[in-house]
Amino acid sequence: MTKGILGKKVGMTQVFTEAGELVPVTVVDVTPNVVLQVKSLESDGYDAVQLGFDDKREVLSNKPEQGHVAKAKATPKRFISEIRDAQLGEDIKVGDEVKADLFAAGEAVDVTGTTKGHGYQGNIHKDGQRRGPMSHGSRYHRRPGSLGAIINRVFKGKPLPGRMGGNTVTMQNLKIVRVDTDNNVLLIKGNVPGANKSYVTVQNSVKANTKKNLSKQKNKA
Amino acid sequence: MRQNTLIEKITADQLRSDIPDFRAGDTIRVYARIVEGSRERIQLFEGVVIKRHGFGISATYTVRKISNGVGVERTFPLHSPRVDKIEVVRHGRVRRAKLYYLRALHGKAARIQERRV
Repeated sequence: MTKGILGKKVGMTQVFTEAGELVPVTVVDVTPNVVLQVKSLESDGYDAVQLGFDDKREVLSNKPEQGHVAKAKATPKRFISEIRDAQLGEDIKVGDEVKADLFAAGEAVDVTGTTKGHGYQGNIHKDGQRRGPMSHGSRYHRRPGSLGAIINRVFKGKPLPGRMGGNTVTMQNLKIVRVDTDNNVLLIKGNVPGANKSYVTVQNSVKANTKKNLSKQKNKA
Repeated sequence: MRQNTLIEKITADQLRSDIPDFRAGDTIRVYARIVEGSRERIQLFEGVVIKRHGFGISATYTVRKISNGVGVERTFPLHSPRVDKIEVVRHGRVRRAKLYYLRALHGKAARIQERRV
């Protein structure tokens, strides 16, 4: 079962731990999410909870949207997403609020977001290739290299220039440093995908509780 | 410079208010807390501030001293709870914000004129 909450990346800062160490953290704003719909195996074919985050004005929403949020007695939301097989506390129903206290400090989470778009980029920036010599008449400065064997097509996955960024990326196994219920924020150690003010989904970690990782932690302790 | 107001709010309670006013060129004495196992002791680090960097909770300062003829620089987070206190020994008059040029100088040439306050 997964715990999950929707939020907005505010930015990065640093905080001191109790031992006096300065750790880098990303501030994720998780103003109470509203449960907009509860999906079940019987009626929808799978279990999920649909959450809504970040209010928007009535004029920015259409009638179907307004009808949908009216069931939860909420205002229209900018960011709506489902948490599959959600476990968000006992007996969750439409209209309930999901708050930052769902998580505790020290917990491991996975954060999903959309990375910054970089536009059309060459191989050197996009794929990390190296450039050729800039002088001595090389005429091979920032090119993509050989396209491979002559079989009248290019192999799939061949790095070529193109759009970079703007992908949905999940960063796994990040630690929650602090849960601030007064300000409704989570402080997550390290960076999370996306630009500031972009939307992210925070879910409990898939990998942290596998047998392998638990035994590894035990060995360390 | 201002950060995001929410970030300011979150970090506000960790900011220290007992930091004296000092800038690059000043000589300061830093009382650093060193934890050795379970024991804690205080180590002095006295030298010239060669830079102040950043703002808010991430602000740092770098102190340079000559120890046994070797230049040693230490950078401390300004609001670190591991620093017991900071004492300003002497104010110095300099015309730069970052005194990297001191690294190339030693002896008489590395002196800094005193600033009266």
